[in-house]
Amino acid sequence: MANAAEFLQEDLADGGQILCLSGSFTIALIGDIDGRLRDLSADVRKIDLSAVEHMDTVGAWLVHRTAKASGAEIMGAGKDASRLLQAVSGADQTDIPPRPHPPSFERFLAEVGHSVVISFTTLLQFLGFVGQVVKASFILAMNPGRFRWHAVVQHFDMVGVRALGIIGLMSFLIGIVIAQQGAVQLRQFGAEVFTINLIGRLTFRELGILMTAIMVAGRSGSAFAAQIGTMKITEEIDAMRTIGVVPAEALVVPRVIAAVMMMPLLGIFASLMSVIGGGLLCWIVLEIPPATFVQRLREVTPMTDFWIGMIKAPVFGAIIAMAGCFQGMQVHGNAEQVGLKTTAAVVQAIFLVIVLDAFFAIFFSEIGWN
Amino acid sequence: MDQPNIISVQGLCNSFGEQVIHQDLNLEVRRGEILGVVGGSGTGKSVLMRSIIGLQEPVAGKIRVFDEGMIGKEEDEASDVRRRWGVLFQGGALFSTLTVAENVQVPLREFYPDFSKALLDEIAHYKIYLSGLPADAAHKFPSELSGGMRKRAGLARALAMDPELLFLDEPTAGLDPIGAANFDNLTRDLKETLGLTVFLITHDLDTLYAICDRVAVLADQKVIAVGAIEELLAIDHPWINEYFSGPRGRAARRGHDKHNNNPQPELHQPGRS
Repeated sequence: MANAAEFLQEDLADGGQILCLSGSFTIALIGDIDGRLRDLSADVRKIDLSAVEHMDTVGAWLVHRTAKASGAEIMGAGKDASRLLQAVSGADQTDIPPRPHPPSFERFLAEVGHSVVISFTTLLQFLGFVGQVVKASFILAMNPGRFRWHAVVQHFDMVGVRALGIIGLMSFLIGIVIAQQGAVQLRQFGAEVFTINLIGRLTFRELGILMTAIMVAGRSGSAFAAQIGTMKITEEIDAMRTIGVVPAEALVVPRVIAAVMMMPLLGIFASLMSVIGGGLLCWIVLEIPPATFVQRLREVTPMTDFWIGMIKAPVFGAIIAMAGCFQGMQVHGNAEQVGLKTTAAVVQAIFLVIVLDAFFAIFFSEIGWN
Repeated sequence: MDQPNIISVQGLCNSFGEQVIHQDLNLEVRRGEILGVVGGSGTGKSVLMRSIIGLQEPVAGKIRVFDEGMIGKEEDEASDVRRRWGVLFQGGALFSTLTVAENVQVPLREFYPDFSKALLDEIAHYKIYLSGLPADAAHKFPSELSGGMRKRAGLARALAMDPELLFLDEPTAGLDPIGAANFDNLTRDLKETLGLTVFLITHDLDTLYAICDRVAVLADQKVIAVGAIEELLAIDHPWINEYFSGPRGRAARRGHDKHNNNPQPELHQPGRS
């Protein structure tokens, strides 16, 4: 087989040295030759290639670089070797400019400034996006014929029906956890029966809707961002625009409507599953029979709790869908962006949902819906 | 050691469900040639290439590359063969989160982790030069490049390991005629300079006339003919006749003949295109 690349230094009569190269100067066999040639300190006048068995561009590059650095003359190059040397030598005419690398403090400042600008422009763009969606909704309301029922129904399925399993299971378990923790704590005061208050009020008023919103943001908000982002990359959205289809009408409005309609239904479902989970635990641990549980639940849970949940749910749905679609539309360039924007959609949606939930909590308390 | 055939495909069968793509397909690629593969859309040119490079598991058949069987090899196997070939996919298939220079360095880092950063940078530099890209493209991301530049960057990556065998999937598709002609010249120059064997899928008749030593025609689920274009012209097959004697085929042939009658001074400078 081929021998590894090797070289010898020999002294020339007139001072200086000649490098005698031997073996295969190919990428697989150059080994540590690169470092050794780089470290050469001798005054190389000539490079003899006559003993080189085989050469590829990497070998040719090393020879060329050494020759250029020391001003040595290359001799004994065969036809193939000369051709390769000539080919790689052209790269000298062009210089790759070094990558700009400003000092870290400067970069830090630039990054901070950049993110501030980005935050503000994103906010403005989001407002613009909301405006577009509202406008598109009005146009569709005026021309119901253009409304894409098919897409809406499809998204009902994706956002609502297919989420039932996971949301039901999650809510059921959360109901159990609330009941169990409530029972343990309230037992210290001999007030286990108030566990039912806790379950009823907490699930309908807060947790049922909030947990559903978080789950929908994770399931559907991310899916919206990824779908629209991918369509952006494959130029499908540009194609729509050129055909005259408004992306806000075709893509965003159906998704927002689906989320707005599905969130209350999923919220009711989630609350019910929580109540069932809590009731089951009350039955088993506190020995409160289901009939008593339901009766007591109806006494202690005011109807306003249910309405609070039902008012919040569509708002959360709209926010989740808008955040998902908005981030999807923000995708530019490459596949990594789809991932980044999908994450951003979920984080943004959950953040906004929790902020608004706090706002709602204070608002409803103030108007006396305690 | 120097076997004449770099690729040999025997009795290859490929099908997707009910749809049969290849049936008993045979093909041989000789060392040092540029083999053009042509065929109508959907005749399985890309599937053939994917089968050879191991991205598609055929239903039946034998494929040998560098005299090593490729069927049933896992991704981590046959790395000795993999480092001897380079593949240029249709869209360039550059890694979108890496710069062009980093893209070129990916195979080098994979197979030769001992190479110093300086050497990797130098190799990327001259490969980018050889593929005819301007030097400042090195630090650009694929999304900042035009389609033609992306192909050249893909070629630079395919050449990173100094392969003996180069697969090109429609390298001139989507390029303007000048860019396509430049790419053809580049392919031929690189083949001559680096001693490559090239497996070239193309729709481009000009490419066939300009640089291909032999042409394989895919039709009826197999390779119906292989040979120099003059030999193919003598074959009486409806698709071949239509392909080479259709308006585009005739135009490409006229252009080629004209070019040969007024030979230009040969300027084989890779990268100067």
